[in-house]
Amino acid sequence: MDALIEYSPSLIAGAWVTLQVALLSVLLAVATGLIGAACKLSGFLPLRLWTMLYTTVMRGVPDLVMMLLVFYGGQLLLNLVIDHFGWDFIEINPFAAGVLTIGLIFGAYFTETFRGAFLAVSAGQIEAGRAYGMTGWQIFRRILFPQMLRFALPGIGNNWLVLLKSTAIVSMIGLSDMTRIADQAGRSTHQPFTFYLAVCVLYLAMTALSSYGLGVLMKRYSVGVRETQV
Amino acid sequence: MELFDVQVITGNLPEFWRGLWMTIELTGFALLFGFFTAIPLAVLRLSTNRFVSTPVAAYTYFFRGTPMLVQLLLIYYGASQWEWMRAAWEAGHPLWVLFREPYFCALLAFGLNTCAYTVEILAGSMRNTSHGELEAARAMGMSRMKALQRIVIPSALRRMIPSYSNEVILMLQGSAIASAVTLVDLTGAARNVYSRHFAPFEAFVFVGLLYLALTFALVGLFKLAERRWLAHLAPRKASQGTQA
Repeated sequence: MDALIEYSPSLIAGAWVTLQVALLSVLLAVATGLIGAACKLSGFLPLRLWTMLYTTVMRGVPDLVMMLLVFYGGQLLLNLVIDHFGWDFIEINPFAAGVLTIGLIFGAYFTETFRGAFLAVSAGQIEAGRAYGMTGWQIFRRILFPQMLRFALPGIGNNWLVLLKSTAIVSMIGLSDMTRIADQAGRSTHQPFTFYLAVCVLYLAMTALSSYGLGVLMKRYSVGVRETQV
Repeated sequence: MELFDVQVITGNLPEFWRGLWMTIELTGFALLFGFFTAIPLAVLRLSTNRFVSTPVAAYTYFFRGTPMLVQLLLIYYGASQWEWMRAAWEAGHPLWVLFREPYFCALLAFGLNTCAYTVEILAGSMRNTSHGELEAARAMGMSRMKALQRIVIPSALRRMIPSYSNEVILMLQGSAIASAVTLVDLTGAARNVYSRHFAPFEAFVFVGLLYLALTFALVGLFKLAERRWLAHLAPRKASQGTQA
């Protein structure tokens, strides 16, 4: 217990790194997912095929393999570029590699979530918008997006919870997130169990807090929708 | 220096092959353990007795709310913290000595993890059993156990196939973290090949493709399973001869 108190500042710093990775990744993933959904719903066949390839590969390859590929492969490519231009050595940052990989992987999951949600908004709504003389952007912003979000929220919540937990693997490319801090603290104090359990508790706290937040959002976006009561 | 040298792959095929088997073994055994343990636990999860259902709910909450990597590290590295565990290792205790084996620890962590998800999937499926089926069972004079065994569990197992296929694929991909405890699975083999040849693209793209192939195989198997066991829920085909 003393060891835990002694290391709690660095553990909290690690938790902050984990949270930063998760939040930045989810931003990237949501942006990618919106673009991906738009591509999947577009009438242009090559775009649809390309997005299909992207979502299939991203969901069929383990996140760790993808991350190692981005981290080590990216370094190799960077070295080639640097050699070519004769710059100084630049090291790929594990933080950036982690955010990029997790963001792109979950972008594929968000693509599917948003695609389904866009399709769930009834066509009559869009026709009504057009009948009022709205432009395409106005229809998207005022009608499609707010209604789509309600259908997408359960999926978004699910993806976020899975994403949050998958941030633990960034410790394997050397980023000092809370899992790696716990690893180091466990080694130097000979109390690995205590520290890994502390990490578990921190993750549980984050997921519990997110579930609560998602519940509030869900309520907010379901205003005006009555559920069937049995 | 070439960016993609196929010889790095062909020269290390035996190691990739062993890694592939390790991945299949770990995933397969963990899924088997998780599936068969999940059935009784799902029944307990739905028990109206809170002293029975709460421990199961706590177990699934913990394992579904924390990363599998941390669970694996907790079991493998965490075990050595306890004095009695180390003493048991010294004495060569047949059970506790297993916690020194990365293979056993990975199986345990993966098994407990997939079991927790499967319990919730199965319990959800059982909750959705239509009320009439249970009433019919009671009217036939079946006991609670008999109704579970004959009606609720078989039909819930069928209806959970689509969501369970997701869990199986996630388990396959999740098993990639086995290399964190020195096991040489598919990802571990790629990491070894990478560090020997400094060839990230060959190593990781190749195993990425193998994982993709395994995923496709699983998706195909589950399609077959759905056709076999969920035929009654498939959309009805237009019957021939009725067209005008």
